[in-house]
Amino acid sequence: MLTYLIRRIAIIIPTLFFVSIIIFGLQQLLPGDPALALAGEERDPQVIAFLRHKYHLDEPLPVRYGLWLGGVLHGDLGESIRINKPVLDLVLEKLPVTAELAGMAILVALLIGIPAGVISAVKNGTFIDYGANVFALWGLSTPNFWLGFLLILLFSVDLGVLPASGFVPPGEDLGQNLATLVMPAFVLGNAIAAVMMRHTRSAMLQVLSADYVRTARAKGLEERTVVLKHGLRNALIPVVTLGALEFGQLLSGAVLTEQVFTIPGFGKLIVDAVFNRDYAVVQGVVLCTATAFIVLNLCADIAYFLVNPRLRA
Amino acid sequence: MTAIPVDAATSAPELPDDRPWRRALRRLVRRRGAMVGLSAVLFFVLIAIFAPYVAPYSPVATDWGAVRKAPSLAHWLGTDEIGRDVLSRVIFGARASLMAGVVSVLISLSLGVPLGLLSGYVGGFLDGLLMRIVDAMLACPFLILAIALAAFLGPNLTNAMIAIGISAMPAFVRLTRAQTLATKVEDYVEAAKAVGNPHHRIVLRHILPNILAPIMVQATLAIAAAIIAEASLSFLGLGQQPPAPSWGSMLNTAKNFLSQAPWMAWWPGAAIFVVVLSFNLLGDGLRDALDPKHK
Repeated sequence: MLTYLIRRIAIIIPTLFFVSIIIFGLQQLLPGDPALALAGEERDPQVIAFLRHKYHLDEPLPVRYGLWLGGVLHGDLGESIRINKPVLDLVLEKLPVTAELAGMAILVALLIGIPAGVISAVKNGTFIDYGANVFALWGLSTPNFWLGFLLILLFSVDLGVLPASGFVPPGEDLGQNLATLVMPAFVLGNAIAAVMMRHTRSAMLQVLSADYVRTARAKGLEERTVVLKHGLRNALIPVVTLGALEFGQLLSGAVLTEQVFTIPGFGKLIVDAVFNRDYAVVQGVVLCTATAFIVLNLCADIAYFLVNPRLRA
Repeated sequence: MTAIPVDAATSAPELPDDRPWRRALRRLVRRRGAMVGLSAVLFFVLIAIFAPYVAPYSPVATDWGAVRKAPSLAHWLGTDEIGRDVLSRVIFGARASLMAGVVSVLISLSLGVPLGLLSGYVGGFLDGLLMRIVDAMLACPFLILAIALAAFLGPNLTNAMIAIGISAMPAFVRLTRAQTLATKVEDYVEAAKAVGNPHHRIVLRHILPNILAPIMVQATLAIAAAIIAEASLSFLGLGQQPPAPSWGSMLNTAKNFLSQAPWMAWWPGAAIFVVVLSFNLLGDGLRDALDPKHK
């Protein structure tokens, strides 16, 4: 166990190192003088000289990388040139909003994807299985933002039952908070539900043909018990760990969903930063998402290792 | 021991051509979903090529007398906020979307396949180094990396395609490497080495042709993802720039007129959905047809 953990954590260090190089390298893609790009509309030579000195643009590239990495390791992701706030503060400010949206989206994905996958596997080859596969293809092919528009048209414009945009913090009004997040969570959870359904279906098909399931049936157990207790419990192990890999998709989807529903979260932060040419914020957001993704994958791998006795043998 | 008469051997009935590719093609043709997907893809390709002949109006021609008009006989899918014909823009928008899908995947393939072959075939330190870089790229969520790349490169369709191509590349490196690792220990590769073939010949003539099937499947599915990514970047204003039409940028404009002119949002979104669904159906069909376990 300890050897596995050490080996797994050892792989993370070079990965994080290369993530930092990629993110630092993004700034080098800026055409022309980075100081001019950072200054935006400002053309005052003093301001440009100040920016060049502040961001060490007059230093050689490896020195700049070292300084930037040193700052990152001390929790300094730079400062937003538009909002004049540390990037880390901005990220931490927006994180709870996106985390709530992502949590609700995962709930939607689990509630739709897992039952659909189980039913599809149990009814393999029937019309129901075909319908579930059509649902999965629909979920994978529908652009998030378009589905958002369709839901707004139906539930906000035509029926007038849900707010089309905005966000109310849960501490302020929980009912209103949930009302603002129902549609975005469905939009975001829909595509992940389709992936979950496919994973669950294939894992269940594999488990249901295993010898121990045949034995459970031969003992005369009810089909419901066989499917839920012997089938689903074992099939869920790979599904949950594979689900962790969908975290990236969740964050990518959140960018678009937050834009459609005007939710002031992580996704909106990066899009606004792009248009404000606030490059430190863009780098900070990418760094935080990549680090979160790596840590989550580590947790998923460890969880898989812990719950799967065959790996421990 | 009886000798086989020469005429009997030559007159034996010819075996049907049963090469793996032909078997896969036969299996693909039998899959209704894949054929529907292929037909729809071909339909959109033809629409994109012949857009100037098919579209009833110019995609950029404005008509201030027909601003935000609902679908009618004159404008089948309605008009937008400055009186441009939505149908014509959807038709011309197919060019940007399909081009972005194909070009992005070509970029991913041209970078990812050689790197994957190199990594898998050479192995050792180079493999470890390349895999850590790929891990690092995979750790950055696909669209967020594409947004960041497009933001730093500058917002236009070419840079969006480059951003999507680079962001989608790691999946091809991983896939090609895994296939190369499995193939390089096959007997026929060992035999090719034993007779003294140079490394480049072994890789290009003996390994690459045998790993093309899964790469093709991945490429088809990646086109679908790239089309959605291009639409997403254009929706955010980082792809095709106005007034040139693209489905994503049409949806970006439509979001400001959802209650007054919902048709501005319906059709470009439906076009993205249908073309992505078609590529997914085709990709799924190809995967099943090329998998020897599926009969």
